[in-house]
Amino acid sequence: MDEQLTLAQALANLSDLAPEIWQASVETGLMLAIGLSVAIVVGGPLGILLYLTQPGQLFANRAVNGVVGWFVNLVRSFPFIILMVSLVPLTRLLVGSTIGPIAAAVPLSFAAIPYFARLVEQTLREIPRGVIEAAEAMGASPAQIIWKVLLGEARAGLISSLTILTISFLSYSAVAGVVGGGGIGDLAIRYGYYRFQTEVMVAMVLLLVVIVQIIQFAGNHLAARLDKR
Amino acid sequence: MIHLKNVHKRFRRPEGGWFDAVRDTTLHIKAGEIFGLIGFSGAGKSTLLRLINLLERPDHGSVNVDGRDLTSLSAAELRRARQNIGMVFQQFNLMANRTVAANIAFPLEIAGWSRADIDARVAECLDVVGLADRAGHYPAQLSGGQKQRVGIARALAPRPHVILADEPTSALDPKTTQSILDCLQDINARFGVTVVIVTHEMHVIRSICHRAALLDAGEVVELLQVTDKQVAARSALAKSLLEVA
Repeated sequence: MDEQLTLAQALANLSDLAPEIWQASVETGLMLAIGLSVAIVVGGPLGILLYLTQPGQLFANRAVNGVVGWFVNLVRSFPFIILMVSLVPLTRLLVGSTIGPIAAAVPLSFAAIPYFARLVEQTLREIPRGVIEAAEAMGASPAQIIWKVLLGEARAGLISSLTILTISFLSYSAVAGVVGGGGIGDLAIRYGYYRFQTEVMVAMVLLLVVIVQIIQFAGNHLAARLDKR
Repeated sequence: MIHLKNVHKRFRRPEGGWFDAVRDTTLHIKAGEIFGLIGFSGAGKSTLLRLINLLERPDHGSVNVDGRDLTSLSAAELRRARQNIGMVFQQFNLMANRTVAANIAFPLEIAGWSRADIDARVAECLDVVGLADRAGHYPAQLSGGQKQRVGIARALAPRPHVILADEPTSALDPKTTQSILDCLQDINARFGVTVVIVTHEMHVIRSICHRAALLDAGEVVELLQVTDKQVAARSALAKSLLEVA
């Protein structure tokens, strides 16, 4: 690494790596898709439960709220890398391996569930209590209140929450990559750090910058369109 | 039509102890009348109103609306019974992400009406409150008076026998107040809907009520008869309210 790296040389190196960069992007996309889907399917209802069991809400229940809240805080206390390592046995049980994007999606999903649950709870709190009460007075069932009132009124906030979650988990997925998950972050470390190919590191960071900007732009745009308040 | 018998409601104070919002109250409201509940803040009038559709469940006593004892109903039966009792709120409580038409359609959706029936009924109700040209607007695009008209249309949509109005004009200016009161009176006259209205203004009572109950410290202290916008009042409290108005 004595000679000065020319721009032309750097671009040529990157171009040689194009198939791997594509592969890494697919892996990152896969990790995010699994993690976010699990977050929505499991964390979403958990967030609604947290909200509805608060004092003064539809299913006010101190015990349930306390237990669920405690569990959510517990999982969220773990630094992500420690959570990953502690979940290795579970990952092996579920996926049969601890390497690759599918395996990395296990701890990612695990961390995303309580994160999204809190975001959902927070978002639902912004709905005026009177609107929910009006639905109760009209004879709406709890399921109708959840689907039509809570999710309908909070939809813009929920999209914003999902945007925050996606961007946070894009960087979590880079951590997951280091311990064998693959993805863009993993590629940056392997080539950019271990092989001293700084141009790969720079290119991967730029790629992540662009992805984050696109996600945020799309999230803002969709939220604004859905928000009629 | 509405019979409250010995209803009592107490709340736990945040600082400890209990607060009796409604004390052992009995009240009969006739079918087709506009009945006022008036009193100063904290007199228990809103709580009494909310006992009628069981938004507050009485600690004891019975609530009978349209011949059914609501306190004895199961959760599902109570939901069905509530579809027969419309409610209008001081803060309107419209859904911000639904258009005017979709807000009015809401109680019909939850009652399981077909799409065609909903559309026809929503159009009728928009006409009744004079907002046919605002169907596609969102609440944020409306004035306070228009929002309350949507609230009234929403309450009216499932053809209820009773409409409960909780300070429906307290967030509105005097001119808009009168138009909302006229709207409620119109609905009462045209469809025979029994209206129970909570207010702290004697003006509201004089303007549209047939009878009213004066509440103080959770009890009915006087039943007021209203004839030709004159309120016959005996108690000192009723007279003081008349002076304020």
